[in-house]
Amino acid sequence: MKEKLLLGDEAVAVAAVHAGITAAYSYPGTPATEIMECLRALSSSDDGRSFGAFWCANEKTAYEEAAGVSFADGRSLVSMKHVGLNVAADPFINSALVDLRGGLVLAVADDPGMHSSQNEQDSRFYADFARTICLEPSSAQEAYDMTREAFLLSERWQIPVLVRLVTRLAHGRSAVRLAECETRKPVRKGEQVDGWILIPSNARRQWRKLLDLQPRLLEWSEGCPYNLISPDPGQAGWGVITSGIARNHFEESRKELPDPPAHLHIGAYPLPMEKIREFARNRKSLLILEEGYPFIERSLRGLLPQAVAIEGKLSGRLREDGELTPDAVRQALLLPPRPVKHFLAGPLPPRPPQLCSGCPHADIFHAIQIARKTYPETAITSDIGCYTLGALPPYSAIESCLCMGASVSMAKGAADAGLHPVVAVIGDSTFLHSGITPLIDAVAANANMTLIILDNAAVAMTGGQPQLLPSSRLEKIVLGLGVEPEHLKIITALPRETQKNSETLLAEMNYRGLSVLIAVRECVETAKKKKTKV
Amino acid sequence: MKFDIVIAGVGGQGVLSISAVIAAAALDQNIQVKQSEVHGMSQRGGAVLSHLRLSSDPIGGDTVSRGCADLILGMEPLESLRYLEYLSPDGRLISAMNPVRNIPDYPPLEDVHRTLQSVPGALLVDADRLAREQGSALAVNMVMVGAASNRIPISPEVLEKTIRAVFLTKGTRVVEINISAFRAGRNWQQ
Repeated sequence: MKEKLLLGDEAVAVAAVHAGITAAYSYPGTPATEIMECLRALSSSDDGRSFGAFWCANEKTAYEEAAGVSFADGRSLVSMKHVGLNVAADPFINSALVDLRGGLVLAVADDPGMHSSQNEQDSRFYADFARTICLEPSSAQEAYDMTREAFLLSERWQIPVLVRLVTRLAHGRSAVRLAECETRKPVRKGEQVDGWILIPSNARRQWRKLLDLQPRLLEWSEGCPYNLISPDPGQAGWGVITSGIARNHFEESRKELPDPPAHLHIGAYPLPMEKIREFARNRKSLLILEEGYPFIERSLRGLLPQAVAIEGKLSGRLREDGELTPDAVRQALLLPPRPVKHFLAGPLPPRPPQLCSGCPHADIFHAIQIARKTYPETAITSDIGCYTLGALPPYSAIESCLCMGASVSMAKGAADAGLHPVVAVIGDSTFLHSGITPLIDAVAANANMTLIILDNAAVAMTGGQPQLLPSSRLEKIVLGLGVEPEHLKIITALPRETQKNSETLLAEMNYRGLSVLIAVRECVETAKKKKTKV
Repeated sequence: MKFDIVIAGVGGQGVLSISAVIAAAALDQNIQVKQSEVHGMSQRGGAVLSHLRLSSDPIGGDTVSRGCADLILGMEPLESLRYLEYLSPDGRLISAMNPVRNIPDYPPLEDVHRTLQSVPGALLVDADRLAREQGSALAVNMVMVGAASNRIPISPEVLEKTIRAVFLTKGTRVVEINISAFRAGRNWQQ
């Protein structure tokens, strides 16, 4: 079969289709978005391999829906960015205890270097926490192969399997050889349900079962070809352990090393402890190259005798923050930096992302700027989306960005603490993701705050995915939660409405209680795309 | 053979489609490819960067090392400057000369051009004009592929075949505009 050029994300999606998934679920988030984008494109093509491909309200609902497919004996893929797994952590950790039926594979894309995220958390810790398997590809080919294998492993041991990508792999394109497709299993409800009911009496048994499985997972990992000691024994008394794409950076510099070290690559977890001990025997030092947190390095510090010096991120040989680069790995291997010519006299002005020309969010930020002149002490919490760019000049309008939905709950907390006025700014998709539940708290307490929902009818920042519910439904949701109708205002996000909008906002800021403004106008980018389609 | 390319531009300029065209053409010519791109928030008018590595042997790193790029292909002059440290001692710089001024502190354009010209062998392309002359301002990225085609180790026939395949669904007229944009870029001399 001819090779295909695929993004790491696309390789995961294609593998899931070839593994015969019944359905896939996701919430958009860079750098994982393209997994579902690709699945949706494939699901609507007419090659007869029909499967469901759903954007969901959030990562938790996505994960649980995937678990439901497994319950019905079907295979399912759930994909998300790393911080999304915080939202889905509850079902993920617990799903390791139930008797999964159809294979359940979780593809998570970490974002070391924080290209588009608020942290650099490393999902390998989550797999370890759930006591399950993590596979870590180093190329699009491995992303394909490992995703295929993950379904088999999930069914063999009835546990979810995590495939960990990082930005450079998720958004890196290389050639992939595709394998034979599997046929999809028919749907059926299993007879034994005890293994799915985690009441304490069952859960204790299921937890014991998961613990008893651990030695077998370890045994599998020891023999797994993804955990490979390089056949080239190496010249010196030192060794290098790589994981994921760090292997590629190492390969890049290896030829230049005067004394090439022995090399162990880790692609599958739990860590093969015996293999690592064998590899470390008689070596004076080890260098650990891994993308993300020093997960392997930390495990080894307690494992090996003190005589072996362990170098890595914890020892300071590599930076603990940011992405690995070929140059950083080169330096860690103690090679001299390559000569670089300098042409610039000084630093260049940065070109940060910015709101598009004509963006409706900008009009609302202008209205906020006017309204807050009356109350310079106004606190403005916000959230995650394009509108987070409202933190930057010329708007400098928002004052917090913690995690999905936190604008609403933080505003309530700040109001509880006694601040006034407090305004929360959230997008429509983020509101549906995690803003409704804190609004219930605010209604219950009649919190003294004003919530602005920026309704641009799209998940704009991740590329304009469709919103799950039509805009018209937002109003009913807010009213249904119990927000007083006279303090729900629908406004239009247009430049000519800015003065009027600021007055509406100011009136609601003056009100001592909960008020909600829904600012409506479609995202200019998605509107443009619709136009070009017609 | 190895050939490392850094492609730089501003969100919306088509940096990623340039990478996709060159990568697909390379694969067609049995050259190994690794391409790495950073987008996400950068699609909002921010800087966009793509690393494209071509080689006859298996490729190690996913990104180009500093001082190793055989070609920097810039869609925008200021963005071309941003990655000069990636250029290898005998690497080439090919940059569009037309600025995207969406930041308040854009330096004087003549200074930017002068610094670009100080790079030995630099080629500045009036890409906007060439694209318009071929019938569409949107074809500017294929002008730049054409300008780069004299350097990159892929035959122009294979590149043209790939361009035809990429634009096939958009109709013959779009295909022809992009092909002539490619040729105009290929024939550009300063």
